[in-house]
Amino acid sequence: MAPINTLVSYSVQSVKVLDEDGSVDISLMPELSPEQLKALYEHMVLTREFDERMFKMQRQGRLGTFARVKGQEGAHIGAAFALRPEDWLVPAFRETGALLLRGLPMQQLLQYWSGDERGGAFPRSLNTLPIAVPVGTHMIHAVGIGWALRYSGTEAAVLTFFGEGATSEGDFSEAMNMAGVFQAPVVFCCQNNQYAISLPFTKQTASPTVAQKALAYGMTGIRVDGNDVFAVYRVTKEALERARLGLGPTLIEAFTYRVTDHTTSDDARRYRSEEEVEAWKRRDPIERLAKYLRAAGLLDDDGVAAVQAEAENRVAEAVTAFEAIPPISPEETFKHVFADLTPPLAEERDALLRRLATGASPGATKGE
Amino acid sequence: MAKLNMVEAIDQALQQEMQSDPSVIILGEDVGRDGGVFRVTDGLIQRYGEDRVIDTPLAESGIVGMAIGMAIAGYRPVAEIQFAGFAYPAYDQLVSHASRMRNRSRGGVHGAARVRMPYGGGIRALEHHSESMEAVYAHVPGLKVVVPADPYDAKGLLVAAVRDPDPVIFLEPARIYRAIKMEVPEEPYVVPLGKARVVRPGRDVTLIAWGAQLRVMREAAERLAAEAGTEAEIVDVRTLSPFDFETVVESVKKTGRAVVVHEAPRSCGFGAEISAQIMERALLYLKAPVARITGADTIPPLAKLEDYYQPDAPRVVQAVKDTMEF
Ligand SMILES: Cc1ncc(C[n+]2csc(CCOP(=O)(O)OP(=O)(O)O)c2C)c(N)n1
Repeated sequence: MAPINTLVSYSVQSVKVLDEDGSVDISLMPELSPEQLKALYEHMVLTREFDERMFKMQRQGRLGTFARVKGQEGAHIGAAFALRPEDWLVPAFRETGALLLRGLPMQQLLQYWSGDERGGAFPRSLNTLPIAVPVGTHMIHAVGIGWALRYSGTEAAVLTFFGEGATSEGDFSEAMNMAGVFQAPVVFCCQNNQYAISLPFTKQTASPTVAQKALAYGMTGIRVDGNDVFAVYRVTKEALERARLGLGPTLIEAFTYRVTDHTTSDDARRYRSEEEVEAWKRRDPIERLAKYLRAAGLLDDDGVAAVQAEAENRVAEAVTAFEAIPPISPEETFKHVFADLTPPLAEERDALLRRLATGASPGATKGE
Repeated sequence: MAKLNMVEAIDQALQQEMQSDPSVIILGEDVGRDGGVFRVTDGLIQRYGEDRVIDTPLAESGIVGMAIGMAIAGYRPVAEIQFAGFAYPAYDQLVSHASRMRNRSRGGVHGAARVRMPYGGGIRALEHHSESMEAVYAHVPGLKVVVPADPYDAKGLLVAAVRDPDPVIFLEPARIYRAIKMEVPEEPYVVPLGKARVVRPGRDVTLIAWGAQLRVMREAAERLAAEAGTEAEIVDVRTLSPFDFETVVESVKKTGRAVVVHEAPRSCGFGAEISAQIMERALLYLKAPVARITGADTIPPLAKLEDYYQPDAPRVVQAVKDTMEF
């Protein structure tokens, strides 16, 4: 009996434009003007500074738990840099730089992570959905938005972010399948930072890459060095262009690393070595871009200092603006459950306000 | 006797059940190497290895579905869902299969997945981390639903759940995971499922609650005794399904008044079921309508407004006073 051969064989190649020394593969380099290059750099530095500041504020008890993006700026900023205003962004929770690039005010993110839901009111003009905490459940919304863009004849696309852990959820498969079936103009961008809390990528899936999963859904898959902002920008830009032209969805795997704890509640030392983390810190996406810019004569020591100072100023201003936000009123809880306040909710709200009017102060039970 | 908090008591229960019964398997996200995000399974992978303490991919439906298959194959899986707010991908498996396998096969096979999950508010967490959706499980025929309120019960109820032949949803109040320490016997013991407990005797009114709200009840009862000479009897429901209506009804027949407290939304919360049971079984003993103190029918607010949502002792005290004066 002759052996039966496997039906499909494939190989996945990883795209890299900018290497660790800051030199680029000219043949692959995307078109970016000096102004764009500087803007990319400034934005990555700003995001890093904001992330550091948020971390400090969390440790001081001014913010709640949040997910840091340090080290992943190349991946999500590179991708979001390819968006046009009319495109949509459907984020998860580890894309701070992309949200800021869309124009979300920093103080609003601070407000959200401080536990004030008004921070979730992202301006409608940004075409950006709020943060989605349930892992892997939001990408299908990108497909619905994409379907609507196509149906209404809008030449725009949707970019959605998620981690490699999210690809294990059933909803990921449903989103990929439906995007393929409906040729939805969606770019799925997986920031594969190699850990889902403690679970390493090798235990998340038996597939050697995330990118190859595209094949089964009839769409293009591509893997890029996620710490190479040029590569991520280039493949995302092309994928968005194809999507806008009705040529279907793309899955991009931006291979990167989470150099911080999973969130501010995590302790990554329980499950990985310091050496591993240190090795990845040396592949820092911002350093890499800075080296390129220096070599290209677009940045020098003074420039680095000026960009850093500007980032610090902007973050400081945002913190001041955040602190000036008046406290949230208990009525807010009732405001947006439905479009209009229903009679039962009105009754509950009024009962709460009456209690508060008598001086009752809701508080934790003794001993907490 | 060692003093343990709830995390330690549950960890000990799991360790001892794994020790005595090789068919007990732990599975879930980050339960192995990391010891669980709340450290409830701390140390288990070191003792029992990766085959019995399984770090799964990030897939709740997969975790529960696999646990059902393991149960069918003769194992006793104890699955952990990282937070109750992330159990919904697995709801289909629970409702469509875990709860029905026994019935569908006319007793032939069963889907006895034990599913542990931290639930409830008061921990200043992100969206989806503060929910108290016990009623959506108690509403499903074929699922047992257990909520411990202290470390002693947590151990005994979990041992009972692991040994139980049916699927059990085991809801652990995250707010009191480390808030209470008490003496917990070293040797394994069972607190039977389906049995409520009178935790404080009293003649005037019955306060009914479960999970983290027991602490609120205790505080309210002390205040009532001091401020108004009202002696409240507190019943810890412990198991929502099967519900021990006898203990509750017996208490209400004695006191003639009942206040049910839960942090879950009011409408269709388990308090409605309790209220109906009391009405059906003890109407003529009631001196006042059954009162409910609950969360609002809103999305649980984020950290800044959390305290306004959670029931607290002053609200319970006021409800009791209103009930007494009815
Ligand atoms: C459905 C669901 N299950 C579990 C969690 C808890 N949780 C939050 S983030 C996370 C890991 C996510 O990993 P990945 O998708 O790779 O993204 P990363 O955090 O690495 O950016 C887990 C398990 C959740 N938020 N949602």
